[in-house]
Formats: sequence, C-alpha cells, structure tokens
Amino acid sequence: MAASILDGIFNGLSIGSILLLAALGLAIVFGLMGVINMAHGELMMLGAYTTTVVQRGFRLFGDGSPLFDFYIFFALIAAFFVAALVGLALERGVIRFLYGRPLETLLATWGVSLILQQFVRSVSGVVTASLIVFCLSFFGGMWVLKKRTNFEQIRGWAIAALLILSGVLARVVNRLLAGAYGLAVTQPWFGAQNQDVTAPGWLRGGIPMGAYQLPKTRIFIMALTILCVLGVYLFLNRTTWGMRIRSVTQNRNMSACLGIPTQKVDALTFALGSGLAGIAGCGVSLLGSVGPNTGQNYIVNTFMVVVVGGVGKLIGTVVGALGIGIADYVVGTGMLANLTNNEAVEGFFRFFATTSMAKVMVFLLIVVFLQFRPAGLFPQKGRSVDA
Amino acid sequence: MTQTTSTVAPSLNDSTKPLILQVADLNVYYGESHILRDVDLSVPKGEMVCLIGRNGVGKTTLLKTLMGLLKPRRGAITFEGTPLLPRTTDERARMGIGYVPQGREVIPRLTVKENLLLGLEANSDPAKRRAQAIPDEIYELFPVLKTMLSRMGGDLSGGQQQQLAIARAIMGEPKLLVLDEPTEGIQPSIILDIERAVRRIIAAKGISVLLVEQHLHFVRQADRYYAMQKGGIVASGPTSELSNDVIQRFLAV
Repeated sequence: MAASILDGIFNGLSIGSILLLAALGLAIVFGLMGVINMAHGELMMLGAYTTTVVQRGFRLFGDGSPLFDFYIFFALIAAFFVAALVGLALERGVIRFLYGRPLETLLATWGVSLILQQFVRSVSGVVTASLIVFCLSFFGGMWVLKKRTNFEQIRGWAIAALLILSGVLARVVNRLLAGAYGLAVTQPWFGAQNQDVTAPGWLRGGIPMGAYQLPKTRIFIMALTILCVLGVYLFLNRTTWGMRIRSVTQNRNMSACLGIPTQKVDALTFALGSGLAGIAGCGVSLLGSVGPNTGQNYIVNTFMVVVVGGVGKLIGTVVGALGIGIADYVVGTGMLANLTNNEAVEGFFRFFATTSMAKVMVFLLIVVFLQFRPAGLFPQKGRSVDA
Repeated sequence: MTQTTSTVAPSLNDSTKPLILQVADLNVYYGESHILRDVDLSVPKGEMVCLIGRNGVGKTTLLKTLMGLLKPRRGAITFEGTPLLPRTTDERARMGIGYVPQGREVIPRLTVKENLLLGLEANSDPAKRRAQAIPDEIYELFPVLKTMLSRMGGDLSGGQQQQLAIARAIMGEPKLLVLDEPTEGIQPSIILDIERAVRRIIAAKGISVLLVEQHLHFVRQADRYYAMQKGGIVASGPTSELSNDVIQRFLAV
C-alpha cells in the first residue's frame, strides 16, 4: 500500500517535472509577457533535434568513449542557445509587432510552428546554403542602404527590391549546388522519420527502490527541472535584468518612463523562455524518439499548466505542473479504483484508468477548477500583465 | 496662435535664460477628439514651472506626450535642443527627464528598495548604475522610506508611494523633473513633507521642474505658471503675478 503510494508520487512527480520543464519557458513568455506562443512546442522540438545533432557529432569519438557519455551537457547548452536564438529572431521578426493583439499573435506563432515543423523535415545542405545566402544578401543590403540619408523615403521600395533580389539569388545558389553535388546536398538531414537519441551510459537503467526501478533518465529530468526552476527564480529575483523583467511585466509604461529599455527586456525575456523550451526539448529527447511533431504533444499540456498555475508567478507553474502530473498518473493507473470498496465508485475510476481517459478526467477537473478560480492557483494581486 | 486673456502676463520669451524644455504648437488627439490644441510652453533651465487648470483640460495628456506615452499629431518638443519626438519613452528618460506620474505608478510587486534601484536606470553615470546603491540623501529627503525597504511597493500608503515615486525619479539624477499632481489625494501633513523635499531637491541640484498642481500653496512655490483651459494654454506669467482672479478661473479650488 505504502509502496504503491510512493510509486504513484514518484511517477506523478516524474510526469509533473517533464510538464514543468516544458511549461517553464511558456510561463515566462505567456505568464510574464502575456504572449501566447503557439510555437513553444516547436522550440522544444528544435532543442530535441539539437540534441540529436550534438549526439551525432560526439559519435565521432566512438560510442563507448568517456567523452560520448558527457554529450548531454553540451547538448543542453547547445539546445538552450539554438532555441533562444530562434526565439529571439521570432520575437524581433514577428511578435514585437503584435504586442497587445493576442489573436494575431496566436495565428502568427501557429504559422511559425508549422514552418518550423516543415523546416526540420526538409532541411538539407542546399536549404541551409540558400537560407544563408538569402539572409546575407537581404540584411546586408538593408545594412548598406540604411547608410543612405534618404533611407526613410526609399524604405518600402528597398525592402521589396531586396526581397526579390535575395530570393532569386538564393534560388540560383540552390540550383547550382543541387546541380553540382546532387544527392549529397539535397538529401534532407532528418527527413520526416523520427530520430533516436541514446541516453548516455550512466543514464541507462534504473536505481532499485524496493520492488520498483526508478529509471535514471527520469531522475535526471527531475534534477534538470529543479535546476532550471532554481536558475529562473534566481535570475528573476537576484539580477538586474530579472528586476527589469519583473518591472516591465507589472507596469510597462512606467518602466519605460524610468528608462528601462523595454524592447531589450522583451527580446531577452522571449529568448530566455525559448531557451528553456530548448532545454526541455533536450530533456524529453531522452524519453523517446524525436520527430517533427514532438512539440505538439506538449503544447496543450503546458498551456494547461500555466493556466492552472496562474499567470505571472513561478510557484503557480510549479504546483500546477506537479499537481497535473500526479493527478494524471493517479487517475491513469487506476490507483483510486483500488482504494475503494464501493463497486460503483470503483467502476467509475476503472473507466478512467487509461492514459487517454485520464487526460479527459484531468481536463474535466481543470475546467471545473477554473470555474471557481478563473485566475488560477496563484493569481497576481493588483495590476496584472497588460502587455 | 495663442489665445490670450486680460490677465496674461508678458510672454516668457523675454527671459534670457536658456530653455531646457520647449513645446511648440503641440496638437494631440485621442481618436478623433482633439485634446491638446496648439500648446506652446517652455521651461527655462533651473526654474520651476507650474501648469494649472481644472480636471480634464489636458495637463496630464501634455505630460504623457512629453514622455512619449502619447503621440502628437502635430508640433514639436525639444529637450536641451534635441527633438524629443523621434525618441522612445525609455530614451527620453535616459536623456534626463524624471517623471512622477499621476497615481504614483509605483511597481506594486517590487520592494521599495527595488523600486528605488529602478530609478538608477535613467542615471547617466554608469558607475552609479553599476553600484546599485541608494545614496543617503534619498533617506534624508524621505526618512520614511528607509524603514520599509523590504516592503512591497503596492503595500505602501498613498503618501508613502508618492514619496517613493519622487525618490525613484531623483535616483536617476534628472535634469528636468516632471511632477503630475504630487499632492493629489494625500493627507496634509505629508503634502508639506513632499513640498519641502521637492524644494530641497531643486535648491541642491539646480534641476528644472515642470509641475502640474492644484494645491495652491505648492503652486505659489513655482517661478512661472501656465494656465490651461479646454486643451490650450490661456494664460501664463510669473507666479508672483498670479492674481486671485486667475486662480478663481483656472484652479479647481
């Protein structure tokens, strides 16, 4: 009995910590900035793909070599920066024009999520080369033109002309490379099939705990989650940039009036949230294979966590994630059914004791919960986010 | 074009002092409603200029436009000879405009200390920004703040929040301090504290002040006044010439 409860708590915490890791970045972006980023899952997916790339790189040292065992730490760092950079580009290129317009943000970021999904399917040598050529010629051209004194007058034309010019140039490079090297450069790197990430040797297997095995990967993810939560907490509460972020969150106009560079704060906050998504992606890649749709499996759950937890407070996200994780596991394994002797009640719980029905039950509970606490577990007192 | 009344004092431009702030021909709209009409106003360096007028005549709108929170449809604002309108709000603050808005706008879920430290963002001295320290003069001006550094800004009383908001602006060592009704809704004893503090700041630092105020005693401290009505400046002059007649007409007292 006690063992099964312990097992339930451990597994619930384990599911919860994955949710928490995935939701942490979202809590910052959605919770602090009020931006609904539908591409958050895809940023996770990018983190997971970065892990596979780093792993491929470390394979060069040999599968059993001691260096290979530590690829995961390099992967975590790389995943953070890749996702943060993509997030930064997303914020500067799309989202900053849409602050205060949630519906447009929703649509635009959903579009970006589709683009990113297709991008990992079709990315190849030529695609990368064309992209680089396009960016170099477009942004390089803009940089040169900006030095002209009459830039403001020719801005519209300059953008249109450069877009066409860079597009043509990229296309030409694409054709030339494909013609010269053929399949070697046109072959997609990942394609549509799932990629497998092998956990490093020291994370395989489990630690025996009575009758149960605690899988080491799950313990690793829990530790990673704790570290990330702690890191975010300290960053927000102990650093100058954290203070600026909290200030902008609470009162954007007044923060600007105090001289806080709000645009930089926005970009940094978004990059941080995206980077955390990358770390989460690296973490979940240890649990199963990685595919273009990996991110979609998480996006609904992570939004649930943030909504249940309440906007703008980390503790809400933590409690929300762990609560949903434990509820999911306890309902899904039918533990509640075993606790009761009443046949009708037992039948009721049995009915929900599958993975997908447990989701239904948990979502129902969340809907009911939100009827009573629409602002979540830990609502922000006073003025809230008005981005 | 300036509307004039019989009580208007001679134009301010006869002053030979250099101007720190100059507002010319400013027109601001909220949607289609015309809020500010052809506003001309200037603040000479080192002086305290008071803007008076009843509620809803556009005083706060003028200050918000000055800070870049509202965009004018026409007109120009120059600060120390630099056009302000192309600058963002945070750039204007860093250029040396300290803004104490109506309603204080203390950051509610930040501690008093953090609120004060945020004031350093606009400080032009990088060493002071890095040091993240609160100078003693702040506590001398507002002793009450020293006792509640770790309290949340939102938990302070209105008067304490007002003192915090002014102290926060001072932390940035602005060249121009913009105060929007600093005595509104505050108990009389604290009004005097605030008045005294503002006077000491001006005397000690020689900063210029643009004050929006309804509290007559405070208005009298200013060097010059502008009176607003229906979105336009209708009278201006040295406050020494501020007659009871003008006060009757433009002040809600």
